Amino acid sequence: MVNKDVTKVCIGKIEELPEQLGKTVYIEDKELAVFKLSDGSIRAIENRCPHKGGVLAEGIVSGQYVFCPMHDWKISLEDGIVQEPDHGCVKTYETLIEGEHVYLVY
Amino acid sequence: MGKKQLVLVGNGMAGVRAIEEILSIAKDEFQITIFGAEPHPNYNRILLSKVLQGDTDIKDITLNDWDWYEENNIQLYTNETVIKVDTENKTVITDADRIQPYDELILATGSVPFILPIPGADKKGVTAFRDIKDTDTMLAASKQYKKAAVIGGGLLGLEAARGLLNLGMDVSVIHLAPFLMERQLDATAGRLLQNELEKQGMTFLLEKQTEEIVGDDRVEGLRFKDGTSIEADLVVMAVGIRPNTTLGAESGIPVNRGIIVNDYMQTEIPHIYAVGECAEHRGIAYGLVAPLYEQAKVLAKHMCGIETKPYEGSVLSTQLKVSGVEVFSAGDFNESEEKKAIKVFDEQDGIYKKIVLRGNQIVGAVLFGDSSEGNRLFSMIQKEADISETSKISILQPLSQEAGTSITAAMSDDEIICGCNGVSKGAIIQAIQEKGCSSTDEIKACTGASRSCGGCKPLVEEILQHTLGSDFDASAQKEAICGCTTLSRDEVVEEIKAKGLSHTREVMNVLGWKTPEGCSKCRPALNYYLGMINPTKYEDDRTSRFVNERMHANIQKDGTYSVVPRMYGGVTNSTDLRKIADVVDKYEIPLVKMTGGQRIDLIGVKKEDLPKVWEDLDMPSGYAYGKTLRTVKTCVGEQFCRFGTQDSMALGIALEKKFEGLNTPHKVKMAVSACPRNCAESGIKDLGVVGIDGGWELYVGGNGGTHLRAGDLLMKVKTNEEVLEYAGTYLQYYRETANYLERTSAWLERVGLSHVQSVLNDPEKRQELNGRMNETLSVHKDPWKDFLEDKQTSKELFENVVTTS
Repeated sequence: MVNKDVTKVCIGKIEELPEQLGKTVYIEDKELAVFKLSDGSIRAIENRCPHKGGVLAEGIVSGQYVFCPMHDWKISLEDGIVQEPDHGCVKTYETLIEGEHVYLVY
Repeated sequence: MGKKQLVLVGNGMAGVRAIEEILSIAKDEFQITIFGAEPHPNYNRILLSKVLQGDTDIKDITLNDWDWYEENNIQLYTNETVIKVDTENKTVITDADRIQPYDELILATGSVPFILPIPGADKKGVTAFRDIKDTDTMLAASKQYKKAAVIGGGLLGLEAARGLLNLGMDVSVIHLAPFLMERQLDATAGRLLQNELEKQGMTFLLEKQTEEIVGDDRVEGLRFKDGTSIEADLVVMAVGIRPNTTLGAESGIPVNRGIIVNDYMQTEIPHIYAVGECAEHRGIAYGLVAPLYEQAKVLAKHMCGIETKPYEGSVLSTQLKVSGVEVFSAGDFNESEEKKAIKVFDEQDGIYKKIVLRGNQIVGAVLFGDSSEGNRLFSMIQKEADISETSKISILQPLSQEAGTSITAAMSDDEIICGCNGVSKGAIIQAIQEKGCSSTDEIKACTGASRSCGGCKPLVEEILQHTLGSDFDASAQKEAICGCTTLSRDEVVEEIKAKGLSHTREVMNVLGWKTPEGCSKCRPALNYYLGMINPTKYEDDRTSRFVNERMHANIQKDGTYSVVPRMYGGVTNSTDLRKIADVVDKYEIPLVKMTGGQRIDLIGVKKEDLPKVWEDLDMPSGYAYGKTLRTVKTCVGEQFCRFGTQDSMALGIALEKKFEGLNTPHKVKMAVSACPRNCAESGIKDLGVVGIDGGWELYVGGNGGTHLRAGDLLMKVKTNEEVLEYAGTYLQYYRETANYLERTSAWLERVGLSHVQSVLNDPEKRQELNGRMNETLSVHKDPWKDFLEDKQTSKELFENVVTTS
């Protein structure tokens, strides 16, 4: 369904997303890392670490944070901000759960 | 045969300790016979409360198993009670009509639990808490019934109550006195304890006297003297113990409350001794274990004709963790006309400390909530220390490390450090100096010290520090594993074992992690420790694996992966090379490179292609990415080489096949060279083997990376089988004692080569370690094959989502 200002794209069934692990999702020209956290909520961020472009989808997840597998930068899945002592941020995306499915909203 | 007949009546802790002491003095002097009324070998009765809690198995509390009796030529009769001693003819008679002559006799009949002489005490569901049978009764009842009543709010009753709570029962504790544990605590500490235990879920009925146990065949409730009553499906009587003097009395041996003994544990009848709870010494029959171990020592020396100081009675100290609450009491702890107290009471933190003085001498102490000062105060009480020089309040403050003198430095080697297990200072020093123990954990494993209540651990550490001096690195033992916790690696591993924890999330939860889901440091570490401790049952937590180990491939900087198939010993053939070549072409893999480990690396494979690449290769994973065995490099060796004295390729391949996939604290690299020219570079490997004429040399702790280190010569062996066996023992010891992410080089520097050698030279330890290693190896499966069989996991990990909007 498309309306004027907001696009909603289906990523898949929520039960198909592995828990506390990332999934690489390609939408148009974007590459996202989508995480299903242990509390069942969904987070999506761009799949590139601001340090050297590492793939965040493969990182270890703890609570609301993911650790980049390349050099262990710690990134918030809430607001995309890289935690001290490092600096930077990643783009975050909004997601929506409807019934059995997860949607990306942008 | 010439040996004297020694008969022990009673197979419990005190009696058997006396036998152990006798054996250590005069192994072959006596022909020993033991009679035990219970059907079990010698076990630690005190740990029954842990069995009740579900924490521990019966076999874990066994002090001496059936083998011990055989190994020491002791004739053991279980399930047999001695009913009479014929002091004239020097024989004992049992209920199986057996007549056993003796030259020397020891009575160690222990205590009988006191059962209230009230109507209903013989109903089903009413039990004491003395032996394994009682414990089984309580465990069985907890599965069927809900309400438990414990009569007796002393030490034993509270331990029983804690156990029953753990089993899911509703527990009420009935006590005659106005506060709990009045034998060990004063009113203030007793009430603090009650508050704590009520928070844990226990209900208390104080100043209540039970008049009748009501019910039909089975108990249904209790009725009290004041007319009130409660319901109960299980009643545990923990109202006290009485020395078991029946045998003594029936045989004409003088008894009072207990069997009367002198300062050398002799009864009034020649050649008959008594020890333990059944004995009465200077009017006291002891119910705690530390004095009984002291008695056993004196008895043994006296019986063997060795000069010994007489037993003069014990100053009692109790250090307990009742239900997780720290409680300590020692000496004479109640105030009176001549005895005055100094108290510190912190209501906010729930800490209460009191010392009792007679004039300027410290005679007693009670600590609640923080009992870390217990050992120091007890030492002062035993020495009848004069405190006139010390400022009053500072007695109760912990002394700083430099300012205070160490407690243990002033102790003689004979003095007992661990009261629960009767371990002396000398025994601990021996363990350090002769057996190479260099941590409290190792001393615990070697001597048993600090393995029960744990209260003596600070003293054990002190002795370690003094004995090892600058070699003792306290900080290595205490470093927290990451910022999420204050616990060190040893502490975490201990807790996992003690509490039977089985998932990373459970560990972080139960041990109070600051962050509930940990961090990139501790999650993989916990996953490793859990799997190391329980290899067959633990289910690996893939979310706690670093990406390489989760994907079973090496991630590259651009998000592609490298694939390294197994090439045992660096040996290949045309079939495998053709398979590899075909796969490279089919998947257009950009880079093919030889690795340092003597195999082929296919670099630049896309994530979603990995399962198909593995399927087409049809070779096992080379684990080039893991905290595991990497490779066993080899030189050509005697199969072709002019110089090789041994077949290095065959041994290398055997080693790699045996240990592939083993989870280790960090990567392990091995090599086998066929002669000292060392073409396989065995000198810089975690475990390197070098062939010599007639055998192999094993080198350990080498490292060819950032911290270059030459390996140390561990040992020389003759056969391939020995190499495999000792490699297994060595690696298992590394797995069990190293910190996660500690290479063998760092670990070996820390624990010391001679210590490792002493472990490997101990046949018993070798057997145990190899047993655990083989158990671990038995569950290994090739991960690439696994993925091919588990389509769902493959999809979750390797497939990307590509949407169409």
